[in-house]
Amino acid sequence: MHSIVNEGVDTIFGYPGGAIMPVFDALFDFDKQINHILTRHEQGATHAAQGYARVSGKVGVCLVTSGPAATNAITGIGDALMDSTPLVVITGQVGAALLGTDAFQEIDVVGITQPITKWAYQIRRAEDIAWAVARAFYIARSGRPGPVVLDFAKNAQLEEVEFEYKPCTYIRSYNPVPEVNPDQIALAAQLINQAKRPFALVGQGVILSNAEKELKAFLEKADIPAAWTLLGASAMPSDFRLNKGFLGMHGNVAPNMKTNECDVLIAIGMRFDDRVTGDLKTYAKQARIVHLDIDPSEIGKNIKPDAPVLGSAVETLPAITELLHKATHTEWIDSFKEYEKIEFEKVIQREVHPTTGEITMGEVIHKVSEATQNKAILVTDVGQNQMMAARYFKYSETRSMVTSGGLGTMGFGLPAAIGAKMGAPHRTVCTFCGDGGFQMTIQELGTIMQEQIGVKMIILNNHFLGMVRQWQEMFFEERYSFTEMQNPDFIAIAKAYRIDGSEVHTRQELDGAIADMLKDDKPYLLVVNVEKKGMVFPMIPSGTCVTNILLGD
Amino acid sequence: MENTLYTITVFSENTVGLLNQITIIFTRRALNIETLSVSPSAIKGIHKFTITLYTTHDMVVKVVQQIDKRVDILKSYYNTDEGLVFQEIALYKVATDKLLGLGSIESLIRNHHIHILEMNENFVVFEKTGHYDETQQLFKELSDSVGVLQFIRSGRVAITKSKVERLSDMLESMRKFEKNE
Repeated sequence: MHSIVNEGVDTIFGYPGGAIMPVFDALFDFDKQINHILTRHEQGATHAAQGYARVSGKVGVCLVTSGPAATNAITGIGDALMDSTPLVVITGQVGAALLGTDAFQEIDVVGITQPITKWAYQIRRAEDIAWAVARAFYIARSGRPGPVVLDFAKNAQLEEVEFEYKPCTYIRSYNPVPEVNPDQIALAAQLINQAKRPFALVGQGVILSNAEKELKAFLEKADIPAAWTLLGASAMPSDFRLNKGFLGMHGNVAPNMKTNECDVLIAIGMRFDDRVTGDLKTYAKQARIVHLDIDPSEIGKNIKPDAPVLGSAVETLPAITELLHKATHTEWIDSFKEYEKIEFEKVIQREVHPTTGEITMGEVIHKVSEATQNKAILVTDVGQNQMMAARYFKYSETRSMVTSGGLGTMGFGLPAAIGAKMGAPHRTVCTFCGDGGFQMTIQELGTIMQEQIGVKMIILNNHFLGMVRQWQEMFFEERYSFTEMQNPDFIAIAKAYRIDGSEVHTRQELDGAIADMLKDDKPYLLVVNVEKKGMVFPMIPSGTCVTNILLGD
Repeated sequence: MENTLYTITVFSENTVGLLNQITIIFTRRALNIETLSVSPSAIKGIHKFTITLYTTHDMVVKVVQQIDKRVDILKSYYNTDEGLVFQEIALYKVATDKLLGLGSIESLIRNHHIHILEMNENFVVFEKTGHYDETQQLFKELSDSVGVLQFIRSGRVAITKSKVERLSDMLESMRKFEKNE
């Protein structure tokens, strides 16, 4: 416990059990320094820790027991690896003498988690605790962040040792932040200076390295339009002049089309995920590619850059900016408008501003965002709700979007929102979930009740697993195999947890219900019955060219 | 794309579970390890893995980057055969009576530079070092003539021909860094 306090931890998400009881017993005496949130499931604890880490920039900490608790935590650990979220997950383990004997609630946690962690280590002796904890926090938060698992054998929890805590700042086999290479900077700057139609792709790397200001200066100096990946959302304010929207499968038309029209493509802290690129063989072939990343293994993994730039964006961006000529690309930037107009007319108009018919997902998200003056933190689940929210929610601050991007974990939204609210208690946190995903981790309503965490939950209820249904309609001849859901009375469930809420069926009720939800800082569940067969457009069908955009018209 | 035999060299800390950390990278990409050899390196506390596999250049680059990324790995790089001096060792157990039945074995021993490690009334153990083709050739000759009771070949061990000593250079720069800290 002293080790954890020394790392500045003040919040832990956990669930006690046999093999971690000595640590929980110690935690009992630390209630002034550490706020422990008892979730209702270990998966919930990991997602909550992720939400906490993503909005606060601190390391999320989980404390769970051995065996099934550790396996329950796997989803969140894997999710955190895919989305570069700093986590330290401490799992209990049977005593060292019992290891390998199939003891009660024993499982090979290190073996299971090695493929999905930055580092996994088993603490078998109390002498190693201070060292291992220091190392775990250092690894989790440094460089490209990620999850670390400490598997804590029970005997080591009980042994007493002389305690001396030294924070870890260096591991000889680990180089978290590559040194900035002036030649790479010069080459990147040269390519950008020569560009007539430069275009920047902004990933989460900008947020993780706190380089939002540096990004803005970079874009403004050379007048470069920029778009963001799902996890790069909120790195630029929504109303920033050069912010050209959301990339990828359900992104905006203009940035996807312009990817294949630009002459220099500058990727900043993003990894050319297949949901962004579509078919790599037809992706940005006309462009010279500049790729800034902190992780050398991302360079050339999917796209071979002409100018790789290794390092932290907070260092590399200003170094490049310094070498840039002031430029204007008015004509190029104006050319985005044509596609923006098409998208507005064919998609946004009817999704966000419908006047007749059933309620659409887009209009709910738009209204909630406006009602918070675009200042809230958005947390999403996975599926249509997530893509709609990414498209229509707006941001004025960084670290305002928490979503499961890489792993695409349904059930992420509710527990992640708990963590987000803990990590940013003075901000409004809105989580949009589908009726499917909400029920995957619905037990966390118990956590919200017990801690009175003021999360604003919005279920976009279409009685379907909507994204799968959309694919079935488009690609599987409308064979709706097991995607329709009979749902419970969500409001009655919330009521059982003593959480306020309301259910909306018509457009006229919507504004009033949103205002009621946002009137105070208490937890609230808003169920909006939206059109059953809503579709997310635009859409680039999986594995096709980034300009092959369906508008659903 | 044509598959080539690549040799990956990995220097690591000597910690539990390291081999697993490396093999999961091959597993994820459905790559087969041809040979694997692990031993302590010349530097105390640092282990050296030599791994061979058939794959494309593009793939070996990505695999090496992902191995290098692991926290406990000091350095990882790859070579083709042209860049290496490499060797394997093979042991052959053959029945003594059959061997004696050949009459003379002098030419066999001379041609293949065989070492005899053990000889008794039941069996003889030969040792041969060489490239895969060479140890395989002897295996074939023995199988065809006297039969082989047991056969084992080690993984490859290799030394680079390059003038740059990547690990030593890296450790040198680390020492400088540690001093500055």
